[in-house]
Parts: sequence; structure tokens; C-alpha cells
Amino acid sequence: MKTLRRLTLGAALAASLATLGPAAPASARDEQPRVVAIHAKRFAFEPKEIHLAKGEPVTLAVTSEDVTHGFFSRQFHVDEDLAPGKTVSIPLTPAEPGTYTVICDHYCGSGHGGMKMVIVVE
Amino acid sequence: MDIFDRRRFLKIAGVSLGAGALYSVAAPALGEGAAGRFMELLRKKNGERPTPFSFVQFSDTHVGFDGPADPLGTQAFERAVDMVNALPERPDLVLFTGDLTHDSEKPGEHADRMRLFKKIAGRLTVPFRVVPGEHDAALDGGTLFRDAFGETHYSFDHRGVHFIALDNVSLGKPAVGAAQLEWLRADLARFPRTAPIVVYTHRPLFDLRPDWEWFTSDGDQVLNALAPYENVTVLYGHIHREHEHTEGNATHYASRSLIFGFPDPEAAGKDAPRKPLPFDATRPFQNLGIRRVTERAPARPEVRTVDLTLREYSGTVGIQQILKEGDES
Repeated sequence: MKTLRRLTLGAALAASLATLGPAAPASARDEQPRVVAIHAKRFAFEPKEIHLAKGEPVTLAVTSEDVTHGFFSRQFHVDEDLAPGKTVSIPLTPAEPGTYTVICDHYCGSGHGGMKMVIVVE
Repeated sequence: MDIFDRRRFLKIAGVSLGAGALYSVAAPALGEGAAGRFMELLRKKNGERPTPFSFVQFSDTHVGFDGPADPLGTQAFERAVDMVNALPERPDLVLFTGDLTHDSEKPGEHADRMRLFKKIAGRLTVPFRVVPGEHDAALDGGTLFRDAFGETHYSFDHRGVHFIALDNVSLGKPAVGAAQLEWLRADLARFPRTAPIVVYTHRPLFDLRPDWEWFTSDGDQVLNALAPYENVTVLYGHIHREHEHTEGNATHYASRSLIFGFPDPEAAGKDAPRKPLPFDATRPFQNLGIRRVTERAPARPEVRTVDLTLREYSGTVGIQQILKEGDES
């Protein structure tokens, strides 16, 4: 397992070095996951809805703008705490089309129960 | 030869009172000789001889809540206190399964609500015990709650039943946490597997409806710790409605709230929001169930003992046998 991990890291490092040149191949650039910015603020996520493509690797960059929030989806196996002012990167590759609810699961005040967003996978 | 079915011997029965639920730990009619010998067996195995008693569960009083979902404030709570005080068969205690108060960020207001809760609950003529809900303890990590009521998790024994209060709110998230899990395992270690155990907590310990935050993220570890024990009853609140769920040896019961109700999670659509049931001024306590008392059992609504071994139910709230097969060896 360790050997495999080293090989994987080595391959990633090689791929990373290959993108350092001034004219990195288009294919290498395309491998970077799309970053989707999400902001959390009492008592809503912004945007309230995002659309992702089935099988497309993305990184959700989630930032709390006020207090500690949570970012929870049982279907996506995501359960993150969002400390104020820090951006948490959540890699995600949705496997199945559908509509998925994400909730704040860190109690943030009396409007907490309605703090959620939707991820639509197409 | 004494022949009796030990599975029928000791059980918890529950009946909806609208004021939460009344549970009865009772022995059915048996020959006194057989009953006495079996109680003695339990005393040796469990350290204390179980004796019949009843207790009441209240949940989600939300003292301080002010909104269209329930404009009556503490009226249902106060009515429930009066109802319990008037029971002809006095329960031994009342357990509150969280959200005693509705939180407030105005300086001093949440503490005032804690005091009001204590004032109303203090009118009970029987002792009461509490666990916090997220509205009591999630914003400040339980500081105010501890000042008012003491520790957020603890255990005690009562007439042969081991009661465990679990806190799955004060970490801010729906979780018990590693430290409390360690405490739970140590607390359970001294009991034989036959010990009758009642756990009471705020949120469901299983995935009831995660997208409504009706779960506990490490609830599976709590249930794993409880799994070796044969007679486990879990009482919880949070969902503002009755619900029954059996998993392994544990049966989980939610009590109605003493404020607005929530819809049926299984009947609601997949993407349905969690919204309080609308208030009906013509039937102000309908979702709290107070009217069901007389409808169900007008003669003796306070206790209804049904043998769980036969999988019979009162029709309102579930009943859990707390002693199953014993080991007489």
C-alpha cells in the first residue's frame, strides 16, 4: 500500500512539474477540478443551488463569513465544520444524477433549521 | 414446578398522554412465589431488585418560543404539569428530553427562560431530570445549561433500572463525541447484559431523516456500545412527534413536543422541507395529543400495560419490554 501511495504521489508530482512550464499542455490544465465557491452566513448558503455534471470532479470551496457552520450531506458522505473566515476545500465527484440537500449541521442560531442548499447533479 | 414466561415478567409500557408519554415498568400478574424468586434472581445479577414503577417523558417545551406555529407559549407545558400532578398513580419521575428552552441571543434572555422552565417544571410534585437540546446548549457549549441544571450527561439507577442521560447537542453538531462515548462504555461495563437500561437523549441516535438533521453522526457508536445489552429502551425528542424504531436489542421512542408538531418524515416527500405543522386555533393542542387521552382510555388513561413480547401496541406510543430472556444459571 505504501509503495502504491508513493508511486501515486510521484506520478502526481511529475504531473505537477509538467504544468509548471510557460506552455503547459491543455490536457494537464483540464485535469484540474473546477472550483465552486460557496459562502455560508447565518442562515443561508450562497448560492442556494449549484449544478454539477455526473462524473465531473469538482472542488467545493466553502467559506463561513460569520460563525461556525456545518456542511453536511449524508449522500455525499460530507460532514465538515466551517470555522469563520477559513475556506474548506471539499473534493466531490457526483456519481448519480439527482437532487441532493446539503444542510448546516452546526447549530448557528434560531434560523439554523432552514439553512440548507441544493446540489443538482445532471 | 413454577412455570412462567420470563419475557412477560417485566416491561415498559407507554401510553400517549399528550404530555409526552407515561412509561410503566411493571410486573404482570404472576404467582407471587415465581415472581419473588425471579426478582431475587435479578437482584443478584443486576445488583438491585426491579420493582414496578412508572415515569413520564416530556420533550421540547421550548420555553420562550414565540411564533405563529404555536402562539400559546408555555400553556401546553403548564397543562402537562397539571396533568401529571393529577395522575391517580403517581409516577416516580419525569424525564425531559431536551429543548427545554428556546435560545435567545439577547443578553440575559436565555437565562431568564431557563429560570422560567425551572419555575414551571418545579411545580411537578415528582422529581424531574433533564438533558439538553440544541436550543439549550449548542450555542455556548452547554455553559448556561450546566449552570442551571448540572452536567449534560450522567447516569443513575432507579428501582433496578439503569438510566443514562446522553448529550448529543452541546458540541454544536449532532454528535455525542469521543469523550462521552468513552464515559458511556465505562458506565455500562459494570452491568450484566440482562440489565434493564433506559437511555434518554435529545436527537435520534439513528438516521431518521438526515436532511432534516434528525440523526446523530456517531449514534452508531452509541448503539454499538449498547448492543450487548438485551433490554435497552431509548427515549428521545427533537422531532416533535411520536415515532418508534427498533434496531438490534434497542427500541427507540420519540415523544411529542409541548410546542408545535413536525410532519411525518416518512410521508413527506424526499425533498420536502421540515416545516412546523400549522397552528389551528380551534384545536390548539391537536399535535400535542392531549385530546387523545380520553379518546383512548377514559377509565385509566395514565397506564396501559401491553406485553411487548407479543408485539402488541397501545396504538399511540410504543411499548418496550425491558427484560427479555434471562439467564438463571
